[in-house]
Amino acid sequence: MSGSIPASRTASGSLGAEAWRRFRRHRLALAGALILGLMVLAVLAGPLVWQVPINEIDFTARLKGPSWRHPLGTDDLGQDLLARVLYGGRISLAVGFAAMLIAVVVGTIVGAVAGIARGSVDAALMWLTDLFLALPQLPLLLLIIYLFRDALRALAGPEAGMFVLIVAVIGGFRWMPVTRLVRAQFLSLREKEFVEAARALGATPLRLVARHILPNSLGPVIVAGTIDVALAIIAESTLSFLGLGFPPDIPTWGRILYDAKDHLDVAPHWAMIPGGAIFLAVLSINYLGDGLRDALDPRRVM
Amino acid sequence: MGAHLLEIRGLKTHFATDEGMVHAVDGVDLALDRGETLGVVGESGCGKSVTALSVMRLLAMPPARIVAGEILWQGRDLVPLDAEAMRAIRAKEIAMVFQEPMTSLNPVYTIGEQIAEVIRLHERVGRRAALDKTVEMLKLVHISHPERRVHDYPHEFSGGMRQRVMIAMALSCKPKLLIADEPTTALDVTIQAQILELLGELKDRFGMAVMLITHAMGVIAETAQRVVVMYAGKVVEEAPVRELFSEPRHPYTQGLIRSIPRIDTAAARKTRLEAIAGVVPSLLEPAPGCRFAPRCPFVRAECTARTPPLREIGPGHKLACVLGSP
Repeated sequence: MSGSIPASRTASGSLGAEAWRRFRRHRLALAGALILGLMVLAVLAGPLVWQVPINEIDFTARLKGPSWRHPLGTDDLGQDLLARVLYGGRISLAVGFAAMLIAVVVGTIVGAVAGIARGSVDAALMWLTDLFLALPQLPLLLLIIYLFRDALRALAGPEAGMFVLIVAVIGGFRWMPVTRLVRAQFLSLREKEFVEAARALGATPLRLVARHILPNSLGPVIVAGTIDVALAIIAESTLSFLGLGFPPDIPTWGRILYDAKDHLDVAPHWAMIPGGAIFLAVLSINYLGDGLRDALDPRRVM
Repeated sequence: MGAHLLEIRGLKTHFATDEGMVHAVDGVDLALDRGETLGVVGESGCGKSVTALSVMRLLAMPPARIVAGEILWQGRDLVPLDAEAMRAIRAKEIAMVFQEPMTSLNPVYTIGEQIAEVIRLHERVGRRAALDKTVEMLKLVHISHPERRVHDYPHEFSGGMRQRVMIAMALSCKPKLLIADEPTTALDVTIQAQILELLGELKDRFGMAVMLITHAMGVIAETAQRVVVMYAGKVVEEAPVRELFSEPRHPYTQGLIRSIPRIDTAAARKTRLEAIAGVVPSLLEPAPGCRFAPRCPFVRAECTARTPPLREIGPGHKLACVLGSP
């Protein structure tokens, strides 16, 4: 523990600047942030630069490896893989982040209510959490998508409707670990001296939760959240792989991987490109989460 | 002379447990006037802290319950107040400092943010004004370079410094009473003296009263004007500090004073340090009679028959013991 005042500290050393200073020390997290940033940039700006249509079929160039015309090769219909991976990345990353947000927000709210209320409310919410944990997720996921796919498609169009459904379903099955983390944190933090001290100095219950308990419980939630992004991307890939994700003509990383599986022997590049993209995204998000947790915890001396 | 600043009458705070009712505080009477330092002593588990927490209404209810008694703050009973009214009293009227300075500050905010939060909770001031006031408070508790250190996090302070920060925080709204619950117990001896000195200095400066809860007789001797001795949930003796040390009347008080280690006599006579034999009785449905009777060297038959009431035996000297009248 540092006893002396850091010499470099100035009066303007805000939490943000401090966090950034600590984050920079975490090399892997920095690399993760950089790679993820590049990936996001690529999927956002890439289709504008690489203006090959994702569905231009060219049977003369089927299952070709990387070349100048198709830097990442082509699939069995001769469609350009670079264009498809770039476009698919938009959907996969968006699904990942949106599903993570749902899982973290729902999980935090349920966990916080359970941890604060205790008693029968806590018991009921934990029972619900256990129930969700015990459900066989994949079959249920498939069933829900099968049941609601057409209704939502009619409501919001094939792409947007599917996006909402997949995000809701994946997020809706991933909030339980966050709930348990937050509840455990709340149960221990609410008994801490600084919470009692704040109460002794006139803080309202809402303020105690929002300012004193919640910020102290966020470290594990951030890490769980980054893992959730990764899991959601993989879950979307699984759904696409099973043919229940987005419509077949819309590429996502999982969908491209699914289409590639029958041609692994003649065109391995087809599977390796979306697979590598998923791998890289998941890995950099995990390191990013590690770094964020450390950077946002002022106790950690780095 | 008008109403006391704080007067506790017949306070009983009990805890419901699986084994039964724990009578943690069982009929406590004490009073505190403006600008006075009252020491509350007793060994662990005698109900000192529960009394303080009852005043602040900081006990989780249930399991705790104030069964009987009044807590009169400037003549107004705090017991029936709702949570909202009680919050307005905390910090603004009565503030509290706790035993553990290492964990009493929120680790994720700078100390400046935490002190400013208390100021802004109770006073309508802007961010800038609150920060200025925070720096001023840190200066008052003798933290060097306060302009810079307001932006530091709790882990960058030592234990003694954190207790200073806690005191600054508690005093930031200029309360009329500061309850200090073992403020120096977790600190080492030289720091203890500094904190006690600081408390005395600030007490004079703000003209506030201090209720100092401790189990260290030495701390009491140094700071308090009046002392209340508690045993097993009851007040057994109350006296001005000099009189308590020169003429302790209750056998428990006598035992406490004898058990203070004294370097001169111990070195001269190589005597063993005296301790009070036995342990604090269970507060679970206690039997009638004097609570100290099982450990008392002067116990008589009447001691276990009925509880001796707290009565005045001299000016400002109260005693709850059958041995009172010599």
